[in-house]
Amino acid sequence: MSTNNYEPNMVLSTKQFKVVGTRPVRHDGADKVTGRALYGADLQLADLLHGAILRSPHAHARIKSIDTSKAEALPGVKAVAVSTDLPAPGDQVVDIGEGDTPLKYVRDNVLASDKVCYKGHAVAGVAAINVHVALEAVGLIEVEYEPLPAVLTAPDAMRDDAPVLHEDLTTDELGEKTDKVSNVAKHFQFKLGDIEAGFAAADTIVEREFDTSTVHQGYIEPHNATVLWNNDDRIHIWCSTQGSFVVRDVTATVLGIPESRIRVTPMEIGGGFGGKIPVYLEPVAALLSKKTGKPVKIVMSRQEVFEGSGPTPGSHIKVKMGVTKEGKIVAAQASLAYEAGGYPGAMVTPGAMCVFAAYDIPNVVVDGYDVVVNKPSTAAYRAPGATNAAFATETVVDEITEKLGVDAIEFRLNNAAKEGTRRADGPKYRSIGCVDVLEAIKNHQHYNAPLEGPNRGRGVAIGFWFNVGLQSSCAINVNSDGTLALVEGSTDIGGSRTSIAMQAAEVLGLRAEDVRPTVVDTDSVGYTDVTGGSRVTFCTGIAAIEAAEDVKRQMVERAAKIWDVDAETVEFDGGTFRGVSNGNSEMSFKELAGRLGKTGGPIVGRATVQPKAVGGSFSGNIVDVEVDPETGKVTILRFTAVQDAGKAIHPSYVEGQMQGGSVQGIGWALNEEYYMSQEGVMANSSLLDYRIPTALDLPMIDTVIVEVPNPGHPFGARGVGEANIVPPPAAIANAIHAAVGVRMSRLPMNPPSLMEAIWAKERQ
Amino acid sequence: MQVKTRVETTINGEQVEFLCEPRQSLLECLRDIVGLTGTKEGCNDGNCGACTVMFDGRIVTSCLVLSVEADGREITTIEGVAEGSALHEIQKTFLEGAALQCGVCTPGFIVAAKALLDQELNPSEERIRLWLANNLCRCTGYDKIIRSVQDAAAKMQETNA
Amino acid sequence: MRWVDYESPSTVQEAISLLGGDRKAKMLAGGTDVLVQLRAGRGDTNLIVDVKGIPELNEMRLDPQQGLTLGAAVPCYKIYGDAEIQKAYPGLIDCASLIGGIQIQGRASIGGNLCNSAPSADAIPMLIACGVTCKIASADGTREVAAEDICTGPGQNVLRAGELLVSMHFSLPKANSGARYIRFIPRNEMDIAVAGSGVNVTLENGTFKTARIALASVAPTPLFVREAGEALTGQPVNDESIAKAAALAKAAASPITDMRGTIEYRKHLCEVLTRRALNDAVKRARGEQV
Repeated sequence: MSTNNYEPNMVLSTKQFKVVGTRPVRHDGADKVTGRALYGADLQLADLLHGAILRSPHAHARIKSIDTSKAEALPGVKAVAVSTDLPAPGDQVVDIGEGDTPLKYVRDNVLASDKVCYKGHAVAGVAAINVHVALEAVGLIEVEYEPLPAVLTAPDAMRDDAPVLHEDLTTDELGEKTDKVSNVAKHFQFKLGDIEAGFAAADTIVEREFDTSTVHQGYIEPHNATVLWNNDDRIHIWCSTQGSFVVRDVTATVLGIPESRIRVTPMEIGGGFGGKIPVYLEPVAALLSKKTGKPVKIVMSRQEVFEGSGPTPGSHIKVKMGVTKEGKIVAAQASLAYEAGGYPGAMVTPGAMCVFAAYDIPNVVVDGYDVVVNKPSTAAYRAPGATNAAFATETVVDEITEKLGVDAIEFRLNNAAKEGTRRADGPKYRSIGCVDVLEAIKNHQHYNAPLEGPNRGRGVAIGFWFNVGLQSSCAINVNSDGTLALVEGSTDIGGSRTSIAMQAAEVLGLRAEDVRPTVVDTDSVGYTDVTGGSRVTFCTGIAAIEAAEDVKRQMVERAAKIWDVDAETVEFDGGTFRGVSNGNSEMSFKELAGRLGKTGGPIVGRATVQPKAVGGSFSGNIVDVEVDPETGKVTILRFTAVQDAGKAIHPSYVEGQMQGGSVQGIGWALNEEYYMSQEGVMANSSLLDYRIPTALDLPMIDTVIVEVPNPGHPFGARGVGEANIVPPPAAIANAIHAAVGVRMSRLPMNPPSLMEAIWAKERQ
Repeated sequence: MQVKTRVETTINGEQVEFLCEPRQSLLECLRDIVGLTGTKEGCNDGNCGACTVMFDGRIVTSCLVLSVEADGREITTIEGVAEGSALHEIQKTFLEGAALQCGVCTPGFIVAAKALLDQELNPSEERIRLWLANNLCRCTGYDKIIRSVQDAAAKMQETNA
Repeated sequence: MRWVDYESPSTVQEAISLLGGDRKAKMLAGGTDVLVQLRAGRGDTNLIVDVKGIPELNEMRLDPQQGLTLGAAVPCYKIYGDAEIQKAYPGLIDCASLIGGIQIQGRASIGGNLCNSAPSADAIPMLIACGVTCKIASADGTREVAAEDICTGPGQNVLRAGELLVSMHFSLPKANSGARYIRFIPRNEMDIAVAGSGVNVTLENGTFKTARIALASVAPTPLFVREAGEALTGQPVNDESIAKAAALAKAAASPITDMRGTIEYRKHLCEVLTRRALNDAVKRARGEQV
């Protein structure tokens, strides 16, 4: 690619297909642009009651008593639920969709039992004839709390004199359970080579510390759930979720009933980004429905979303890197202390996997700490843990390139991870696109365009996300007109049902429009893991491909039957069946489909897959900023996002992922944070003061899709949803440094913080 | 005495009447009483724009309008943007331009963008961004939304020319 | 939200009688502050009095001799949509264009911004700088209060129960005068001001003849910095005079540290914004665009 043929959106395609790689209109499009699409809060049922949740005003407190009598007496209130309505959890462990966790923590997060661990922690639920009465009733529940001192950051929580959140939580130290009661749930370590020898061989060493604030995924649609506990003891849940099977299984486990009694219908989902994987409202609504015999709908308010769902960890990170004078990184060390919130399970392991993932470094030590603090119990947020880590690493790398006087991209190319590079957490890379992303940046018109004017600077950064595979199922019905009805269970947060349909269409020589995809409930499709980990286009795509292959096999057999030949002599090519042994008889897919009914019955193809060869994705940014040195405000002048998609199934939606993730990264970099009082109360729990970027705060987000095929997917696809949020804060920090000469070590780099840094520099 | 109020209003060109409580927002009544659930709630305090409707010719956040205020007014919601079965140009360009991912902010954006294009033939990128600053999107980063509005403006100019 | 009654009076008299009654009435114009507060449980009220149906509160009349009479309930979009007002009162347009976003401006009013009496109110510094007087009606008749005397504390003002803000009056802009409101927000729209500066200057022969400066978000009420404006009187229009006035504005500010900014940062912004606003106001006074 030359620097001259600039387009705002470029696809460096390495392989052409018929349908894959094109840009059809999404199948659910008409519903979405007319307001017909039904999201969870839109559901109307007969006799519907409305629920509301009582939440703790304290960041840390023991619950001494709960008196719901006044609430129950309020006219219009039909039922109240508290933790004692749930069965005792015992020592059970439950899979919450991205890992196992003690049931006690999940259950207590849904309804607090003996203590509350953060302001906003759910304590009770009320069902009433309308939401206003429900909210009034919530105000009438009397809870006696014994407030306890709160601890709000990982470094503070790790001190020996810190208030302890869980008396029964002892540290898992490097794989061994200790009996040390602590806020550190886990300390693990990844190691490669000999770190001391590595640093001894370094000519330049840079060591820095960083802090990142708690941020929220910021989906526009609040959490919601409607649950009917029917008279036959079967439960139907309709909700906004990234994983209907997780909702089913976790809700069943929390309620102490077999999962087969629950059916979950995922409604259209208004954003998730990881935050709609945990289960919050469903068990409470289920209890209320059981008590009232009516369906109960609960929708979180925006304040509840901030205070009662799962933001991503704030963190304290140290990175130390040693390089030779030839510009080779010989040693790298990181310490990642992530805030888990009220219950253990911070996404620090992924952060530790990604912190040095872009580089081939022989000697590495990464220490990770999962630390509980009195903040909402954290959840995944798009490449969870990696953005925090990349902010640290890529800032240190920028400082190193400055010290060495070398080009930012050349340095990274000289140290780039390649096929065969071993990561600190163990795996060796197969074919990956780190070098390709870096080359695309190096050759891009943006990287080579002059940037003139005072207080302006350009920064780059690179990031990685490993992506996951997990399990997906798919079934395909062949309609008599040659179209397909495809059912799958991956809730669609970004247009994935179309990408899945396109992959099936490609296999069978059909058009995307000829495949009708539907996301269905947990009774209507085989087990499917969450929509997360950038796995849907990859893994559910493979399920669709294999289901289509199953259709093809059966269609071939049917053609053979019709022609009375052996199935091995029937070929399928680009949508046509051809009998090679009987004078090349031909039948199009459509023709054969029309004859199925009379030749043996309909054909259904199905597959359930657990692909192991997942391809990770590298992404990189070039960003130009202008800093107002009198106010500390940063304006993004120009932004280019580069990412390896393996094969972009639907390039528009891959671009959309890149642009969306980049803008979330920009918000994370510049303004977003949980502003907490000393008592652990979030002061800015509204979209007024939790400032996500508006259209007026941004330029166009240019994109370059690089395609280094993933051998693990028939078309080469890699997951793309997450890697794009990883580099932006670092790229912006590097651009700020280029603009005004200050290095920021804390996120967000908001105007007051930048002003402080500028003043500090002036004082030197 | 807690008596409901009877409201007579025009929604998407049709006469509608309903009973509501003064404390219910227009957003709540559109969704829960009139049954038009296309308009969404994202924040209930005027900051996200997902509840945008046209109210007597101006776009407003319906969460901050009381439903009793709708009496005698003309309201257009997302359900009233298409003309029968024909999508409006802005709806078409949103689909062709992939200007939506989860789609929950889309109704608000379409109503807001249509209001702009109804009054300004050729808005600049800056003008479009300013006009849409009260509509938050978390999925798209706005790029394809802005481009789709530009495309719709261009197409509408062609049709009118 | 708890139950409230709703009334929509069509005369000032009706409104006053409802506001003075025993149902702890709250006035409703655009609702963009009031409804948020009521839902948050702030303010104990049983009755919402919608004042948008009262003709005097919807008045927007620019008289070539008298100046501008702006009804309390006139929404922002009507103000910045009026070509004559745009020309005559660009400072007012500054404020009306930046409260919230387009949808908010479809409803929110300058009168409501004033009666909400937030220290961060974007309209009030400009009202003060322009020497606006406010007409308040009650059962006893009407009284006039200067804009700078309306607010008494965060969310508090001099309106008593049974009183209604009817309209605000802007005198005709003098020759060679210019007004400007600039605020600082972290994003580019939608935010509450971290700090704001509203200025109104009149020039004569290269000097400042009069100047009024008022600040947002740096005191318990919008702050009229009389001394900063007076310091400019008779001074040459140059960077030095402006710098002195900006420094006085900074000195007068007494902000708090909260989620929108620290004390030090806000005081610093007072100086920056006042300087920038004065420079822009001077440009406008000279007939230039900013």
